Order: sequence, then structure tokens, then C-alpha cells
Amino acid sequence: MHLTQEQEKMLDGEYGSIVSRMMRLLVRLGDVYGAEKMVSIASVQVAGVSYKSIGDPGLEFLQDVAAEAKVRVLTFLNPAGMDLEDWRGMGIDEEFAQKQLAIIEAFKKMGIVISATCTPYLAGNLPRYRQHIAWSESSAVSFANSVIGARTNREGGPSALAAAITGYTPYYGLHLDENRQPNVVVEVKVELKNSTDFAAMGYFVGREVKKGIPYYRGIRDADVDDLKELGAAMAASGAVALYHVEGITPEAKEVVAEGIEKIEFGEEELREVYEKLNTGNEPDVIIFGCPHASLNEIIKISRLVEGRKARKPFWICTSRAVKEIAERMELDKKIEEAGGKIVADTCMVVSPIEKMFSTTAVNSAKAAHYLPGFCKQKVVFRSMEDLLR
Amino acid sequence: MKGRTIYPGKVEGEAMVSKEPIGFYGGIDIKTGIVIEKGHELEGRCVKDKVLVFPYGKGSTVGSYVIYGLKKNGVAPQAIINKETETIVATGAILAAIPCVDGIDIEEIKDGDLVEINAGEREAEIIIK
Repeated sequence: MHLTQEQEKMLDGEYGSIVSRMMRLLVRLGDVYGAEKMVSIASVQVAGVSYKSIGDPGLEFLQDVAAEAKVRVLTFLNPAGMDLEDWRGMGIDEEFAQKQLAIIEAFKKMGIVISATCTPYLAGNLPRYRQHIAWSESSAVSFANSVIGARTNREGGPSALAAAITGYTPYYGLHLDENRQPNVVVEVKVELKNSTDFAAMGYFVGREVKKGIPYYRGIRDADVDDLKELGAAMAASGAVALYHVEGITPEAKEVVAEGIEKIEFGEEELREVYEKLNTGNEPDVIIFGCPHASLNEIIKISRLVEGRKARKPFWICTSRAVKEIAERMELDKKIEEAGGKIVADTCMVVSPIEKMFSTTAVNSAKAAHYLPGFCKQKVVFRSMEDLLR
Repeated sequence: MKGRTIYPGKVEGEAMVSKEPIGFYGGIDIKTGIVIEKGHELEGRCVKDKVLVFPYGKGSTVGSYVIYGLKKNGVAPQAIINKETETIVATGAILAAIPCVDGIDIEEIKDGDLVEINAGEREAEIIIK
């Protein structure tokens, strides 16, 4: 791989041993995937934040990095394993909390924004069209590539951190035009009524196309929340990092969607996904916000529950940034009066909810996919409107 | 045998060979270096100072951090030899600065063999003594 003088110096240790190892990691991954050079990146999203996921080995590693290095570009953080302020209110134990806070402290020392969200694009890290970035968090990768038209591969925690510290990522895969062409057309033959229908479709398509790049035809309209759910589901049931929607996503008119495989998504496929993802009946809790709820979703929920009392507790997971605005609008009060709460900085998949609940209701196919394995939950998968009715 | 360098270095040590893949997260105790995965062919053995030979890594991406932790705790293998190093082990070996080589026909190496590894920047040589 061709390296610039500065990149060579990083590799040779002139910027310290951590920078050198981080550059070596990127060079090696670049060699493996056939990159010819490095490319400068505008921003990073770092995953591997929850103590539940990375444990003591991750914590020690991050403390070592923090002792020596700082990030060079705007870097945001994935959700943690708890609300970083109101963890006691979530029922998190002291030991878990102290470890989680130590992880956060290490990231802060590196100069990383403690955004603790999987929707950085809703909280202040918004790349532009065609800009190179190095993001982890599969749902955010999908949104950035597809809805915004920025360019990133699916990074892991360490490779994203390495990109943040060096300011570079190897130039291969989805950074190149030729690798952004679709390889399967999805003909949508059913009317999608809400973002959960979009999630269900994403679950089906991700399973069918695996690592492919789908091109959707027949979607009349989709808002940002619909697309967020669609992409998250495809990245969970498959490994889809980029998709196109005719008439809606920015690169759809630049790519060629002819002469490739076609699949259909209709009434029957939609019903099949709902049947598969529903494994429980009576939920102990309802959780919204996978990926993290947008302000618009919180407004919708607060309208649906206003003046009513829910039979089950419900949580809305979101970023601290969105929660602050919701509080200023006093949406949190309406939600609390109905028996719900807004939880910031975390999500159901990365927090230890198995200690509290056994059946969880969600409106997200990504959550429905991961909850049985990671959190030993039975799942009720329905739309937000249905769950709150 | 010739292979590809994942992380460079020159070491000599006793081979510990696994025909099965190794998942470091939940598979090896980070404090002792002992293989703890139930039913694994290396279960109960300690990887410390060995030349650890296995086809490729498996399991959680947190495995990279476990490899790093083994090194910090002084119980890491001296070197790693793989058939094919995937990104979990590659990331771990690079971060922990453990010499690592892949592209090797690992069937040729027997458990207990004395192995010399010469891993340059790109190419590596393995000699069974």
C-alpha cells in the first residue's frame, strides 16, 4: 500500500507506540482487503462501548490508549450499557456502573464526544454526500452510506478507533464508486403502513441478500425514521451496509439497477416476518428506540399516550441530546404520567435487561433479532401505534 | 514454510497446536492464559509462551481485546501461526504486538515441535526444528 510521509512516520513510531500500532492495524487490514492507499476521513463513530460487550479486556485496552493518544477527527460514541446519569433509576448495580463509567472516562480523555448514541446523524455528527468517514455501528453505517450518501465500510470497534486516532482509513470497499452498485432489485408489492413495516421488510431482505446491495423499487414515500428502521434491520439479519431506494436515496439515480437478480416483497412476506419475530405474548416492558428514537418519534409517542395510563412500563431509548430537547418541550412529563420513561445513552440490547425482564415488546426488527440471544428475551414485535393502543 | 506476516518479529518456542478454531472471548482465561472453552481440544492447557497454532479465530470481536489482555497479564503466546488470520485475531495480534503469521499449512506442525518464526515486514518463514 502506498503511504504518505506522514503515514510512514506514524507507522515508524514517531507519534508514539499507540499511534504506530493503530496505523499498523489499518495498513494490515488495507493489505488484506486490497487497498492501494489511505484516505482522510471526516468523522468516526466508535462502537464497543458497553461494559457488557467489551468487559475488562476492553476497558484495559481503552485506558492504555487514552494514556497516550487523542483523536484527530470528530468522533462520536455508540450507546453505553446504562443511562450515564440515571443508572440507579434503571436498576443497574454499582459494580457494573463503575466499570462503565471508567470506559466512558477513557473515551473522554481521548477527546471523543460522549454522544452515547447509535444515531449520531440525529445528534450532531452529520457527514455530507460523498464524504469519506469511518463508522462502526451497523445501523449508522447503513444510514450514512444509503440515506446521506457518505462513504464508509462496516468498521469494528478497534478499526474505527484506529481511524479516529490516525485520521485515516484504508481506501477499499464502499469508499470506491464501483463497489456501490446494487446487485439485487427488491420489488415492493405491499403498502408499508409504518416504520415497523419497513423494519419487517428490512429483516426479510437482509436475510435474503446477506452482504449484498439491494435496490428498492415501488416505495412511494419513506421518512427518516422509516429508513432508519429499514437499514438497521438489514444490517442485523444480514450484513447490508448500503441500499438504494428509487426516487428517495441520493445515489439511486446514479447506479445501474438493470440486469441484476430480482426479489419480491409482498403481503405474504410481510406476514411471515411478523410471525417469525413474535416469540412472546404478554410483555413485561415495551421498549422503543432501536436505533435511538428521533425527536419526531418521541413527539408521536407523547401524543399517543397523553392523558392515558399504560398497563405495562415503557421505555424510549434515545441520545442525551434528543432527551434534553424532549425535556424542554415537557414531553417527558406526559410520558412519565402515562407510566413511561425516556432513557438516554443506552439501549435494550447493550444493557443488562435480562436481570429485570423476560418478555420485551419492541417496534424494531433489529431489537427483535438480537433480544432473544443477547438478552434471553421473548419478543413481541408490533408497531408503535399497536403497542400503545 | 513461507507465509504472510500479520505482525512481525523473530521468536522460537514450543508449538501448541489446535485443529479447531479458537474463540478468545470466553475461550481463554485472560488472567491465567488457560483454555476454558468446554470440550475444546486445548481445554485446561495454558497458552503462555507457546507458539499457538490454529486454523483461524472464531466468535466475538471482543476476542481482539482478550489477546491484548493476555499480553498485558504476561500470559500470552509468544507467537501465533494460522492457516488464515481473520480480522479478530489480526486486530488482537497487532494491538498486542504478538508476532503472527498466516498462510501456513498448519497440518505440518505437531504439538510440542520446536518452531522458529522469522516474520519480516511482509513475508515470514517458519522452521520446524
